[in-house]
This record gives sequence, structure tokens and C-alpha cells, in this order.
Amino acid sequence: MSEATLNKDTGDERLQRVSPVKKTLSRPEFGAVSGAILVLAFFAVAASGTGMFSGSGIVNFLEVSAQLGIIAVAAALLMIGGEFDLSIGSMIGFAGILIAIPAVQFGWPLWAALLFAFSFAMAVGFVNGMLVVKTGLPSFIVTLGFLFILRGLAIGLPRLFANRTQIGGVHDTMAGDWLAPLFSGYVGTGLFQWLADIGLLATNFAGNPAVEGIPASVAWWVALTAMATWVLLGTRFGNWIFACGGDKNAARNVGVPVNTVKVSLFMFTAFSAAIYAALQVMDTGSADSMRGMLKELEAIIAVVIGGALLTGGYGSAIGASFGALIFGVVQMGIFYTGINTDWFQVFLGAMLLIAVLFNNYVRKKALEAK
Amino acid sequence: MSSQAPMIEMRNVDKRFGSVIAISDISMKVHRGEVMCLLGDNGAGKSTLIKTLSGVHKPSNGELLVDGKPADYQSPSDALDAGIATVFQDLAMIPLMSITRNFFMGREPTVGWGPFKRVDWKYADRVAMEEMGKIGIDVRDPSQPVGTLSGGERQCVAIARAVYFGAKVLILDEPTSALGVKQASVVLRYIAKARADGLAVIFITHNVHHAYPVADAFTLLKRGSSLGTFRKDEVSREEVLNMMAGGAELESLDAELSEFQRNEQHDDEITEGSLPASAAHGPQSSGARLATGY
Ligand SMILES: Nc1ncnc2c1ncn2[C@@H]1O[C@H](COP(=O)(O)OP(=O)(O)OP(=O)(O)O)[C@@H](O)[C@H]1O
Ligand SMILES: [Mg+2]
Repeated sequence: MSEATLNKDTGDERLQRVSPVKKTLSRPEFGAVSGAILVLAFFAVAASGTGMFSGSGIVNFLEVSAQLGIIAVAAALLMIGGEFDLSIGSMIGFAGILIAIPAVQFGWPLWAALLFAFSFAMAVGFVNGMLVVKTGLPSFIVTLGFLFILRGLAIGLPRLFANRTQIGGVHDTMAGDWLAPLFSGYVGTGLFQWLADIGLLATNFAGNPAVEGIPASVAWWVALTAMATWVLLGTRFGNWIFACGGDKNAARNVGVPVNTVKVSLFMFTAFSAAIYAALQVMDTGSADSMRGMLKELEAIIAVVIGGALLTGGYGSAIGASFGALIFGVVQMGIFYTGINTDWFQVFLGAMLLIAVLFNNYVRKKALEAK
Repeated sequence: MSSQAPMIEMRNVDKRFGSVIAISDISMKVHRGEVMCLLGDNGAGKSTLIKTLSGVHKPSNGELLVDGKPADYQSPSDALDAGIATVFQDLAMIPLMSITRNFFMGREPTVGWGPFKRVDWKYADRVAMEEMGKIGIDVRDPSQPVGTLSGGERQCVAIARAVYFGAKVLILDEPTSALGVKQASVVLRYIAKARADGLAVIFITHNVHHAYPVADAFTLLKRGSSLGTFRKDEVSREEVLNMMAGGAELESLDAELSEFQRNEQHDDEITEGSLPASAAHGPQSSGARLATGY
């Protein structure tokens, strides 16, 4: 033990100083952040002069990124915790219907419909989670079941209550509702007006700022990313999420409430899908049975691009957010540059593969030597 | 010691996994300030026994008493709350997580209040470094993933963790299997210190040199059943060695070895020369007495 004390003052001869560069390289979100910078730089050149990087253009691709980002952050926590949720996409459609039917068909106040839809979504998340932890079945299978169940309900329920698969007229119910502003409109309108007044922001013909404020979806995206990052890195619950995904038996054996953690994460993905639905329903004024199609896969792609391991126990919420940003930038970039949108899917698949290869390499590095 | 209730007691405990009977009708008492060494062949049920104590398995039958009170643990976290800390044979470590995160997994120290309650990672790093230092491992970097540590270093993290959190009972399932001489002796010293502090210690090992110096009593398991508990003053080191391996095997091994190495001092091969010459021939003489147990 004498050597141990000796080394304390002199530093450790077995430890090479890790350069800050290398430390950055080994962060899980490194790939996604640099990927986002890359695609932004690419379209800054390729789409220059198309308005993609004007105030409203930026808001456009941020809104697309934000929607995906909201569910990707939740999916990231779940994947780090060692599970998947394939029912997110269907849940978006289903939750939208659960908002619209009571609000439009039954005449409930919108806030009541929202609370109802959120509670119901989280109850489904609870059932999802309980089925996974109690049966020990792979979440892949359990949530695949719910993918179909929820989509079926999202089609069947509006047919039953309204005889069609799209329910409009939500805009009319929004006026004066106290909960609606949480999912619609803009944040920081005063600030943007002020920026326009002092000439830092372009104005339209009527003298209003070209961008009214930060869209609600973007605010949710940023808030959820910050919250998830805080939970992961700062709290006990975050440590438990990593532990559950790393090895659930080991985690349980040292006293981590594995089942509680997993079930809460399933409830959180359902909650995030309900936020997505609420934002979309209030933006478009309608709910549609087919909303959210394939979003679960896009979310998983964003999470993997964000540096998470499919096997669990490793990843980052910030990474998933940047994964979603890459999505939004490319999707809108392709639109602005007029590239045939068919290529978007080719790009997606390629991105996914590159991300997985990269992550695999990074993990090996992390476990070999630091 | 005997006037108080045992710190931990098992009464006729069975554990079945489906049709597999892993342990059956086990009764055992460990008092505070006592080191109980569990002996037995591979698959004898030692790990299963301690897992029922640490809340991993619920006994299929029988009773568990801690400090004289019935203990009905639903999960390892209940057992930990009751002050029972365990070094599992598989160590219960997460390779991708750092030393500190593993050390405090499930027991993270927090600061702040309400929604701003956060883990005090600085404090956690410091404690983890200190505790590892005490066991003789000089941690380079507490944020190093456990998967990059050597097998022995990893074992030391698990041991340091259990020693740090064990308040009443310390359970160690083959903690010294991968350790160097220095670290193993530190672990044995830990066990002696835990005993002096009044903890009940349950210690599983296949190494007689580790078992004999620290144990107060030995419980012998075979094929899921207990063959009895022996106080240290009732058995010699050779008898313990015999119990561990089954006397017959050692005798025949001894004979074979002497066959191979007729010209060398073959007696030392098994006993590693640490015994007085008179005792080195122990297995032949004392094996018979215990053989009735098999
Ligand atoms: N979860 C389980 N399901 C089915 N059988 C099990 C389970 N756990 C243990 N067993 C069986 O119980 C028996 C005892 O296992 P245990 O791990 O307790 O042995 P051990 O004495 O610790 O052995 P070793 O010295 O090799 O560690 C073994 O035959 C094993 O196959
Ligand atoms: Mg064992």
C-alpha cells in the first residue's frame, strides 16, 4: 500500500495525460454533433440563396427536427435503459385521435381532452413496460404488438365515433383554453419583436418580425433534451438507467429498482409521443389515423446516430437531439435544393449504417484503452 | 455472543428453480463478530445459499431471520437497506460504466433538494478512489470504465463497495479467486476487521489458506444439503482442505503425485509447504474421521 500513497503526489506513471481532443472524441454524442455540423455546412453551400437559412427557413428545419427530437430523446433514454419502443409512431396517431374525439365529437374542453389523452398514453406505456418486465419478453416483440394494436385503434375509434379517419375542427376548440398555449404558438415573441425593432431581425411587409418567436415544438425539444441530459448525468435515476441497460441482473443485485426504472421509461416514451401528437393536432387543427407512421424507426435511427448502443447501457440524450437535427436539416435541405426527395431514404439508410459502424468502433476504443 | 440472537439465521431453507433443487433444508446461524466459511464443491449450492440471504432469490421454503427478526426480502435493495452487502461471484459490475458509477450504483450520494437533487459525483469519485486505495489498488482515473480493468482490479471494486456499504452482514462469494497475494491479504484483513467491528461475515472460497486463518466456523455443503457446521477448534487445516475437495480425491491425487515425483519432496505440492511437517501427512489420518459425513 506504500506505493499507492507514493503515487498520489507524483501523479501516476501508468496514466498518460488524456488530451481534451481525445476526451471529446470519446463522448457518445461526438458523431452526431460533428455529423450535424457537416450537413449544415453542406447545405449552407448547396442551398445558399434558396432561403433555407433565412429566419423562416431556419424555423422550418428546426420544427421538423424538433418533432422528431421530442420522441428521439425519450427513445434514447429507453434505449440506454436497454429497451425499445416500436409503438411510438402508432402512439402519435392514437394520442392525436384521443385528443380530437373528446374535444370535437364529445364537446369536452380541450384541456380535459389533452389530460385524458396524456393519461391514457402513459397508461399504455405502463402496460407496455409491465408486460416487458414481468414476462421477460423482448420489448421488441411486446411493443411490436402495440404498434398494431394502437394503429388499429387509431383507425377504428374515429370510424366508430365520427365515421371517418380524420377529425378536424380542433382549432375552434383552442380559443381561450388554458392548456392549449403549451402546445401551440411561439415562445419569446416579445424578444423577437424587440430584435426586429432594433433591426437585428428582418421584418415582413407589415413591419412584424419575419420570425414571430421560437415555435412551441422547438421549445419542447430543447427543454426535454436539457431535462433528459440532466437526469442521465446528474441524478440517481440516470445512473440507474445506465445500469439497467448495461446489465439488469447486476443492477438489480446491487439494489437498483430495475422494473420501476424500465416501466417509467416506457411511460416517458408514451408521454413524448403524446406531446408530439398534441403539437401536431394543434398545429394542423386535425387528428388523422395515419399520423406518426414509421416515426418509431426514425426515432431509433436518430438515437443510434446520437451514439447510443442498440444493446443498451450507453448513449446520450444530446446525441439523439443532434441525430434529429441531422434529420430535419437533410429533409428540408433536400426540399430547398430541389434534389429529388427519393434520395432522402437512401441518405437515411446510409447515415444509419455509418453511425452504427462508427459507434461500434468508438465503443471498442472506450473499452480497450482510454 | 451466544446470549444475543444470531445476526443472520436460516431455518430449513429450500430453494428450487423449477424442478432443480439447488439447496434443501439448510439451517445456519452466523453471529455478530463471527466469520462463517461456506465450503463445498462446484455446484454444491453455495452461491444459491448466499443469494437467498442477499435478497436475490426468495426461499422456496423455510425462514430467514436477521437480528432475530423474520426477514422477507423482495429484492436485493431490501437486503442492502437492512445492512447486508454482498460481493457476488459474478461481481455485479457494469463494464461500460465507470468505477465510481459502479461503486455507488444503487446507493448514489446526493446533494440538493427536490427536483434539484443531484448525485455528488465529486464526493463519489473521492470515496471510490480512497476505498480502492485502502484495498491496495491505486486507481488511475475513477471515470475509467470497469470493463477496462483487470480481473483482480474489478474484483477489488466489488469488494471495496461491499465493505463500504455493509453495515451488519458482509457476504463474499469467492472474493479472492482472481487476487494477487497482496490484495488477497488485504481482503482477509478486511474480513478480520469486519469481524472485530461486530459484523457477521459469510465467506466462500476454495482456498484453504484464505479460509482457515479468518474463519470461526465452517459449513460444508454437498449437492445442495448441509453436511454440518464445524467450529474452528474442532477441525484442523487438513480436515478443512479435505472437506473442500472430498478426502478421497485428495488422497488419490496425493498418491498419483508421489508416483510422478518420487524423487522430489512431493508432500509440499498440495499443502504448499506452509504446514508443519507432521501435519503434511494429515489427509490420510484425519480424512477417515470426516469421511462418515460423505
Ligand atoms: N437460476 C438458476 N436456475 C436453475 N438452476 C440453478 C440456478 N442457479 C443455480 N442453479 C443450480 O443450482 C446448483 C448450485 O449452484 P450454485 O451456483 O449455488 O453452486 P456453487 O456452490 O456456488 O458452485 P461454484 O463453486 O461453482 O460457484 C447448480 O447445479 C446450478 O446449476
Ligand atoms: Mg458459486
